[in-house]
Amino acid sequence: MSEAVISGNYAQSYAAKLARVHVVSAYPITPQTSIVEKIADFVASGELPAQYVKVESEHSALQVCISAAALGARTYTATSSQGLLLMHELLHWAAGARAPIVMGVVNRAVAPPWSLMTDHTDSISQRDTGWIQFYPESNQEVLDTTLIAFRLAEHPDVRLPVMVTEDAFFLSHTVERVDIPSPACVDAFLPSRSREGAVRLGARGRLGSFTGPDLYMEFRYTVARAMDRARGVLEDVEAAYERATGRHHGGALPTYRVDDADAVLVTMGTATSTARAAIDAMRARGKKVGLAKLRVFRPFPAREVAELASRVDRIGVLDRSFTFGAAGAAFTEIAAAAHDAASKPILRDYIAGLGGRDLAPSDLDGIVSRLLKADASGIEWYGLKRRRAEVSSWPA
Amino acid sequence: MTRYETVEDLPEVPVAEEPSESIRTAGWRTFRPVIDRGKCTKCNVCWKFCPDVAIAIGEDGYPVVRLDYCKGCGICAEECRPLAIEMVQEE
Repeated sequence: MSEAVISGNYAQSYAAKLARVHVVSAYPITPQTSIVEKIADFVASGELPAQYVKVESEHSALQVCISAAALGARTYTATSSQGLLLMHELLHWAAGARAPIVMGVVNRAVAPPWSLMTDHTDSISQRDTGWIQFYPESNQEVLDTTLIAFRLAEHPDVRLPVMVTEDAFFLSHTVERVDIPSPACVDAFLPSRSREGAVRLGARGRLGSFTGPDLYMEFRYTVARAMDRARGVLEDVEAAYERATGRHHGGALPTYRVDDADAVLVTMGTATSTARAAIDAMRARGKKVGLAKLRVFRPFPAREVAELASRVDRIGVLDRSFTFGAAGAAFTEIAAAAHDAASKPILRDYIAGLGGRDLAPSDLDGIVSRLLKADASGIEWYGLKRRRAEVSSWPA
Repeated sequence: MTRYETVEDLPEVPVAEEPSESIRTAGWRTFRPVIDRGKCTKCNVCWKFCPDVAIAIGEDGYPVVRLDYCKGCGICAEECRPLAIEMVQEE
């Protein structure tokens, strides 16, 4: 193990190097660029004996990974925002082809209006593609989760692609102290990928061939089953990672101070760290409030949410994206999962922090305070500026 | 054909054992490329640019249009430097 002060993006780069990926293909996009620049450095210097395939688009980058994965290679790519959206067709393909690709996704707002800042719309819009999705809150968690992602993706009971997201700039470009496990430690945790099921030279056939109505549904069901099995496999992989490194990030829905809580806020990504501090401050003032971090969005931790909903009277969801015509995506799914709870809590959706709008401790305090007073379920845009006087950069 | 007893036995990815060449895909063609061997320099550019697998290189080194797959897009004619490919309307 060694210590380094690195960005979330470099945490992804170091994890890909430690995973000894065979093939990397990527197209640069702010704020993802430094992930793949660093990997290119590792390849150029010989530290990482991988094939780095330069391409003309994100769509092609993912196709390279899908094809290499079919040949048994361990593959990595990274993208963000518009680049992820351009990959959309092949995101479905990667999952259907059971390609265990690991991809870093730097969560950046979707245009228009153009923005480079944090927003979860890009990856949330990929929720139906069959990719496992993680939402870490620190650079250490990014590195650890990326290593966990390879073992989870390649597990024979799963064999699905995995996204490890990072909030733009808050993680991607902010440096923190990160413990980097030794190569020997990672090699023991993450051996070479098995070539079982990989295409072999000389074989003839068509991968992902045409399938008629008598069998199409069954192939989709196999993906659904693999995603369900990923829940249990993740527990095993995280336990193994803890044995290897001493670190465990709490599974799909880690909770904080929820035991006697009247109200619990659910967060994703970096808002979690701020919310934790806000919860501590409110607890110090005698408020019974807690926090749940939606660390894994796919497969959705419905059972954990139902358990939480059985114990608290109010659940607030901080969604850093909005599904037009409905609600925040996390809220919708939490509401569906809470339907199975023994009691029916008040459910509030707080749409906040879109396009990188800062979520300061005072904002989290404000959201949880509103949640404590809520007497009905509903959706609100927290911090929306309704008057010109509130805006510093109103267009002329 | 895939044989399985239960849905759990299905392979992860559907794999057809037969290559896709068995499926002829040229049905919508309205123009066909015709190669003038007098002008052709055997440079293979048409083969490289064909977005399908509709151009093969024959034993004598000249390109051969595989009309079972050529959709008549005309990219080969557009890319051919010695102008050896003419797009001719189908009957």
